[in-house]
Amino acid sequence: MKQREKSTLAEEAAQMLFTFCGTLCILAVAAVTFYMIVSGIPAIRRIGLSGILFGTAWNPTGKEPEFGILYIILTSLIGTFMAAMIGVPVGVLTAVYLAELSGRRQAWAVKSAVEVLAGIPSVIYGLLGIYLLNPLMYRLERAVFADSDTHRFTGGANLLSAALVLAVMILPTVINISESSLRAVNPGIREASMALGATRIQTVFCSLLPGAAPGIATAVVLGLGRAMGEAMAITLVSGGCVNPPFPFQSVRFLTTALVSEMGYAHGLHRQVLFTIGLVLFVFIMLVNLAVDGILRKRAERWENE
Amino acid sequence: MNRASLYEKKRRPWELFSLAAIYGASYLSLFLLLGMIGYVFFRGFPVLSPSFFTSVTSYLKGTRGIGGNLVNTLYIIFLTLLTAVPAGVGAGVYLNEYAGRGRTVRLIEFAVQILAGIPSVIFGLFGMVFFGNVLGLGYSLLSGSLTLSLMVLPLIVRNTQTALRAVPESYRQGALGMGAGRWYLIRTILLPAARPGILTGILLAVGRIMGESAALLFTAGSAGMLPGPGRNVGESLGKLIRKIFASGGTLTVELYLQMQNGEYGMAFGIGCVLILFTFLINFLLKLICRSPGERE
Repeated sequence: MKQREKSTLAEEAAQMLFTFCGTLCILAVAAVTFYMIVSGIPAIRRIGLSGILFGTAWNPTGKEPEFGILYIILTSLIGTFMAAMIGVPVGVLTAVYLAELSGRRQAWAVKSAVEVLAGIPSVIYGLLGIYLLNPLMYRLERAVFADSDTHRFTGGANLLSAALVLAVMILPTVINISESSLRAVNPGIREASMALGATRIQTVFCSLLPGAAPGIATAVVLGLGRAMGEAMAITLVSGGCVNPPFPFQSVRFLTTALVSEMGYAHGLHRQVLFTIGLVLFVFIMLVNLAVDGILRKRAERWENE
Repeated sequence: MNRASLYEKKRRPWELFSLAAIYGASYLSLFLLLGMIGYVFFRGFPVLSPSFFTSVTSYLKGTRGIGGNLVNTLYIIFLTLLTAVPAGVGAGVYLNEYAGRGRTVRLIEFAVQILAGIPSVIFGLFGMVFFGNVLGLGYSLLSGSLTLSLMVLPLIVRNTQTALRAVPESYRQGALGMGAGRWYLIRTILLPAARPGILTGILLAVGRIMGESAALLFTAGSAGMLPGPGRNVGESLGKLIRKIFASGGTLTVELYLQMQNGEYGMAFGIGCVLILFTFLINFLLKLICRSPGERE
């Protein structure tokens, strides 16, 4: 009888412990949200929301400091978008290759490469970006702006370089999720298409990709989230000046502003950096909600079928 | 359509083009990877030497090395796993074994999904405010590893959950039918059966921790000291323990700082070490994924 009491005690303790671990995840998200908002608000109170969000002058250490982050926000949005424009087609086509066209060995080689690519630390992307990509971009820049006397040369550290680095970094996310959603398409659809006399390529582009569209949408949105949140790879590659986001301008992203200035910022400047963090957090939450929405819609569709 | 023979194939230029694009895109990632790794090794390998791994960069002594950063990295990995693995496995067990199918589960799963999507800079800011200021840990290895344990939590929770889902329902029914309690069932049957999946999660977490830099820059700082030797065993141990309250930069943070200072030789050397670690982790992952199949 004693034995039994002891074991029920252990059972209850275990259940409580596991429940606690489960709620820990909710607590973590709640705490992150709470502290991001609390530390992002003071600067908004002091300068005003529109002054920060829509101001274009960024001069935090001047005599009369200015804290407009519009260009920084736009850079993050446009840079992320450019990265997706380059990375998503390459990623989806690779997924098509892996799911439909490749032999086992080729698929193994490409898949392992993608896995390793996903595991390489982002600082290494940054290192290669600044050491190899920037000089190449500088050449391109000199060719494009050969006749211009107003262009400020960036030495290759510009928005386009950063977007290219980001495009490579989102490849693994896009490839993996697109591939699994292509594989999840009902095989009957492929068979029907082939039976109607469509070629393989026609099958892929007219039947399989539309069928996998929700999954590919998830892949794209997750890729956007990844690109938007990346910091260390592009801090040096993007140049680091606050400029309107044109391809050959030295620019600053939301993330790179945090990384490059947090070390020495104090007072109001520091508070504004936390506001930048809050803006980034809001964007990331929107991306997350979008992913959740897509996934939920897909689940509903499956239930209806 | 006028064709000379049935056997003559119709030419479809558009198809040829898309085929070329598909092949081009898929081999791009392969060549990109080979090129990147090849270049990092080409530039970084000559830097590697025994003293590179054991010494600390010091202008006074004229030595250049990553010994301190290597130790910091190991510290961070160990401390992070110490908190993240019990919490993550526990949450995975709760979701799969205790929680049923209610609102709470959906909420927790949603939280895990959000946690997985938060970028590391944000974790860094949060860690700096919460662990650094509110809990008063400042820039320290402990503060950094607590921050990272939030970051890797989703990896461990999800892998635990998938592994538990794959355990056959009959195992549970058998054990419960013979009068085992839920905790006994988890401890003796489910967790051992789910071990490969849990290990996969842990290894993925180690990979993430090793490659992480933004979150650590804000929470663990960048010092590269080696723990000094004490006069006796007790003192040495004390110094080793006290080190977790001191600032320390990992390999990736050091790489970033070297790159910022234009010391590309050192940077490529560290890059080389990091890539070797990445290979090691990928190799171990493959090993785990394969082993259960072979045993059966």
